Amino acid sequence: MTARAVENWTLGPMNAFIQEAQARVVLLMTPGGQVLAQSGFARAVDVMSAAALGAAIMASTSELARQLRQPPFAALNHQGERQGIFLAGLQTGRGPLVILAVYDLGVSSLGLVQLFFEQLAADLRAASPAPSPQKQVLAADFERELTESLNSLFGR
Amino acid sequence: MSDAPYGEALDLVTRVPGVRAAMLVSGDDGLIVAEQLMEGVKGSAVAALAASLASRLRRAMEAAGLGASLFWHLQAEGGALLVVPAASGVLVVAVTDPNVNVGLVRLELLRAAEAAA
Repeated sequence: MTARAVENWTLGPMNAFIQEAQARVVLLMTPGGQVLAQSGFARAVDVMSAAALGAAIMASTSELARQLRQPPFAALNHQGERQGIFLAGLQTGRGPLVILAVYDLGVSSLGLVQLFFEQLAADLRAASPAPSPQKQVLAADFERELTESLNSLFGR
Repeated sequence: MSDAPYGEALDLVTRVPGVRAAMLVSGDDGLIVAEQLMEGVKGSAVAALAASLASRLRRAMEAAGLGASLFWHLQAEGGALLVVPAASGVLVVAVTDPNVNVGLVRLELLRAAEAAA
């Protein structure tokens, strides 16, 4: 299973992470929920839901840490009966990013995902372009840009 | 990190000359439970990869009809990795120099596995 990306510089590090950590589903996004790359999703609506929920979890845990006067939590892991969900933030030249990974417990483990997440973060930092200047978000462009992103993410 | 009573179990292993690291690793998630490491050993990487290998070996043993694995020894150019799976699902792992007394390390790993279980 290979990744599909809106921003191609993420592809190499993402594919290496998927292969090494044996992750089943991976989503790379900004803390605001804008998706840069995905792997393992079959439907656009699932990508949008996961991105929105992941971004919301990151926002709420960051605020919780702020209220506790702690630095933001490095990573969040949820272990279910058969699958684990790993959510973590990382810094790149493009700005802060968030990764959401789902792994099968019979195939991978939290230790493996954590180990190769560190490699992913380093690879993304090395591959990332300089941050682009903030452009104004216009309602008229939003739907077109979202459609283009989803088309890229699903190879349409 | 070395929390009693796990630290005492690891002391048995690290006392053997040539042992560079001893760890108790959660077999299910590949995380370190307790460790005694010499500088230069990447504990979290060894733990994650050893647990992954243990899981695959267990399936291979089951597929071959051999039952649960009791001890494994991977010899490399620069040393060896020795592992004993404990009854509790914890792995007792040792990283050693190449010329270590493997029999003695195995004995201490088995004792540490009993203590950890």
